[in-house]
Amino acid sequence: MSSAFNPFRVRERSAIATWVLAVVFLLLIGAFFRAQVLSSEDFRRQSANNRLRRLTLASPRGIIFDRHGVPIAENAPGYTVRLVARTGSGQSPKDSLRAVVRRIGKLVPISEDLEAQVVRRYEIAPFQPALVFANASLETVAVLEEHRYLLPGLVVRTEPRRSYPGGSAVAHLIGYVTEVSDDDLEKKRYPGAKAGTLVGKDGLESRYDSIVRGLEGVSFVEVDARGRMVRDESQSPALKPVAGEPIKTTIDLGLQLYTDSLWNADYAGKRGGAIAMMPNGEVLALYSAPTFDPNEFISGVSPRRWGELNTDEARPLLNRAVRGSFPPGSPFKLVTAAVALKRGLVDFDSHMPQSCTGGLRFGNRVFHCWKRSGHGSLDLTGAIANSCNVYFYQLGLKIGLDNLLNEVTAMGLGRPTGIDLGSERSSIFPPSTAYYDRQYGSRGWSNAVTLNLSIGQGENAQTLLSQVRFYAAMAGDGVIPTPYIVKPPTDAQRSLGLSPEQLRGLRSAMQAVVDRGTAARSGGRDIRVAGKTGTAQNPHGADHGWFVAFAPADDPKIVVGAIMEFALHGTVVAPFVVKVIRRYLESLDPSLAKVDVRIMLQPDSATTESDLPDDSTGQIREP
Amino acid sequence: MRTTLDRPLLITLFLLCGYGLAMVYSAGQTDVPSFAERAWIRQAGWMVVAVIAASLSFRVSFRLLEWSAPLLYGLGLVLLVVTLLVGTGAGTAASSKSWLAIGGVRIGQPVELAKLGTVLLLARYLSGLRHAPATLRDLVTPGLIAGVPFLLVLRQPDLGSAMVFIGILFTMLFWGGVRPSLLLLLASPMVSLLLAANTAWWAGWIVLLTVLLLVWRTYVSEGVFIWLVNAAMGVLAIMLWDRLKPHQQQRLVSFLNPAADPVNSGYQAIQSKVAIGSGGWFGNGWLEGPQKRLAFLPEQPTDFIFSVVGEEMGFIGVLVALALFFTLFLILIRVARRATDTFSSLVVFGVLGMLFTHVFENVGMTINLMPITGIPLPFFSYGGSFVLACGLSMGLVFRVAWDARSSGYVET
Repeated sequence: MSSAFNPFRVRERSAIATWVLAVVFLLLIGAFFRAQVLSSEDFRRQSANNRLRRLTLASPRGIIFDRHGVPIAENAPGYTVRLVARTGSGQSPKDSLRAVVRRIGKLVPISEDLEAQVVRRYEIAPFQPALVFANASLETVAVLEEHRYLLPGLVVRTEPRRSYPGGSAVAHLIGYVTEVSDDDLEKKRYPGAKAGTLVGKDGLESRYDSIVRGLEGVSFVEVDARGRMVRDESQSPALKPVAGEPIKTTIDLGLQLYTDSLWNADYAGKRGGAIAMMPNGEVLALYSAPTFDPNEFISGVSPRRWGELNTDEARPLLNRAVRGSFPPGSPFKLVTAAVALKRGLVDFDSHMPQSCTGGLRFGNRVFHCWKRSGHGSLDLTGAIANSCNVYFYQLGLKIGLDNLLNEVTAMGLGRPTGIDLGSERSSIFPPSTAYYDRQYGSRGWSNAVTLNLSIGQGENAQTLLSQVRFYAAMAGDGVIPTPYIVKPPTDAQRSLGLSPEQLRGLRSAMQAVVDRGTAARSGGRDIRVAGKTGTAQNPHGADHGWFVAFAPADDPKIVVGAIMEFALHGTVVAPFVVKVIRRYLESLDPSLAKVDVRIMLQPDSATTESDLPDDSTGQIREP
Repeated sequence: MRTTLDRPLLITLFLLCGYGLAMVYSAGQTDVPSFAERAWIRQAGWMVVAVIAASLSFRVSFRLLEWSAPLLYGLGLVLLVVTLLVGTGAGTAASSKSWLAIGGVRIGQPVELAKLGTVLLLARYLSGLRHAPATLRDLVTPGLIAGVPFLLVLRQPDLGSAMVFIGILFTMLFWGGVRPSLLLLLASPMVSLLLAANTAWWAGWIVLLTVLLLVWRTYVSEGVFIWLVNAAMGVLAIMLWDRLKPHQQQRLVSFLNPAADPVNSGYQAIQSKVAIGSGGWFGNGWLEGPQKRLAFLPEQPTDFIFSVVGEEMGFIGVLVALALFFTLFLILIRVARRATDTFSSLVVFGVLGMLFTHVFENVGMTINLMPITGIPLPFFSYGGSFVLACGLSMGLVFRVAWDARSSGYVET
């Protein structure tokens, strides 16, 4: 044992240690005595009117840019008005809040349910000033400031406010921003969000909320015992808000706005959707009508307006471009053709055993072609150009039902496309014959379903997005792209499995559909548009019209598709689509600007089809 | 005579844990419920785990402990380094919040192990010496033993926990027989660092130091060295200040003058003091503290648990708590004094140093005597790893007391 540990030295050190401890503890006790006994009254008063109220500082959301760096969603300075509830004045905090809100109501217009809303916000976070106006105008703020002496607890601050310069033109694409709902909080849909946090709803705002939202800051306002603010520390917050990160999209805002103005000018009141995409899946524009103004939501949409939006029979909140699904009709014939080509069953000059005489007998039923007089014997190019049902009935039978179901399912036409837009609805296509067994019982259906499927009828519902994507694959190198707006997809993409020649053949066959009709002439150059009209049967009223097209036909740069409800036929939609295409190509090559575009569809295919909507759809008819 | 567990120690610990658990329960009872509402259940669970850990460490032979001290210490260091790597990788929290996470299971654990490892290795080193360290050169090795984990923890950055290593070093050197004057010289550069903020104070300190060096008649080389280091610290302080993170700077400033900026960095200090001060003699009553109920107190169940004690139990409640801690420390001194060998005696005193630093830093922080650092209060603060570390070290203390009794120790 070291000499330092002889009993005498140890006792000596114990004594020193005890004394040191005693002194330190006396020091601590002295400090507590001073605070708790000598200055207790002082602190008690401070505690009673504890002065600090916590304020959440909204973080500026990241700006969402279009492909050229033009903001689609940005932040503008705005004013928020909040109230600190008074305590200890005989009134309950809620009553005092109500009284102040009523006084505000005498100064500036307020909605009838504001009182209840403010009290509710107070209940959610009693120690934070309750939000009154999330987006007050300068006039409102000026009036309130002028009467501040009447309004104890008034807290006015400038905060970044979301703004969509494109307004209703970008509504379904971008979504909107609103206070997080109780339900979302409970289900933890928005990590990090607290009551009162502004979060993105729908569209890109929702899908990329975690990137764009940023982190809220915290600051404190000092109030006196009557709840009046004596000091606002928002300029030096305890925790600075962290701005959200900007994101760059593939959207061409000019094209998006043009789509909206064109729809409003030529098709006002029509419901439907439109999508412009590059062959590689980059979405250039995505539009749905009727639409709404996402800026309305920023200031907190009133329950009445919310009710209007939700009960409106036209359903303006529905994004018809990605959530509306319709029977695809004729545009789907290209899918059948692609499957047959891939399997090597036909080439472009193959004829079918029976030439078209206006119908095909199958079993004891006749399946009609839309052209009662018949097309005669056609090769594949001709059949696509003329949209001949009889040819495609036979092509479908040649492929066989199992193969058709497998191949189409493998192309992803029975699943969501995977676009980075959140709310997409899946297209529906039977994955196998088991589907029919389930639906109708194993003996309840016949091979006739093959005929319907092969011309885009039957158990088949496609979203506009899904169809546009398929056409993008044909317009490009045969790879079925995953459409995207912000982040290029990372997963491996499927291919149509067609050779470059076959793709070229399909494109020229499609071009034949509109060849003589749709062309924009400029300086001796033609812009050839290849596309397909279609009619989606609507049991509840007039049929819906489709048109999906790409251009230039020999080297496609853009694919545009549109659907209009109750438009009767795709020919109604075609001029719209062609104008959107022209507008885009024009932006690539300004010399096209002066071109006068006339739309003329091949008379035999489309126009007649619209005259005979029933026949054109190949419905099953008893002979 | 049959040997029993040290009864005064058992009773003191029982009372401390019971008091602490009651306060953790109370800290969770706020007007707006938060995660803390059920923290006391988990805390009780951790206490059970700690008792089991204590009964295990009670059974460990001190010779095995002495042998394995370098291993435990090394393991602690490795885990600290790993924590540093992981910690920097996960550094997403805003700068002023990062320190709150410290004491959480993931980060706190290696620190607690490193503390125990440091106590054991220092005990082994000091007990192996023939004579008590008498010169600065003798202090290099123990200084390194405590200094390495100190620096690693400081990098996290967790100033509060890092200070515990300094506390352990000084108390153990003292118990190992180092002259208090030498300890003061060892501490002098730090004093110099702190006083550098004010030129007049610092100049005064340098003069005092010079006088002390002359009076104590240190070796010339040592005296000159100490003096130079102190002078250098005065210059270094400014550079170090610039290297501190803004929230650390703010915390130091607000420690010196909390009223300077009450809504920002001084917020916690003032809220804590208001809560304690409003408690008066007898407090607002258990569960009844308005500041606590309104969640004005920062980190109520963990770092600022003692503010809840002050607000709800009043000065009397504070006295009781401090008296319990004082009693515990006196018992630890007694156990260290009667220990059968120097190693176990130093271990017990090291545990005392560790706990004392925690208590002084934490309680001092709530009443604004010490800067605000995230450091738990033993037996009170909610948090698993520290409760576990306390359990382990108490098991060791019980063992030392047991050995002393069964060897029939009679104090002369």
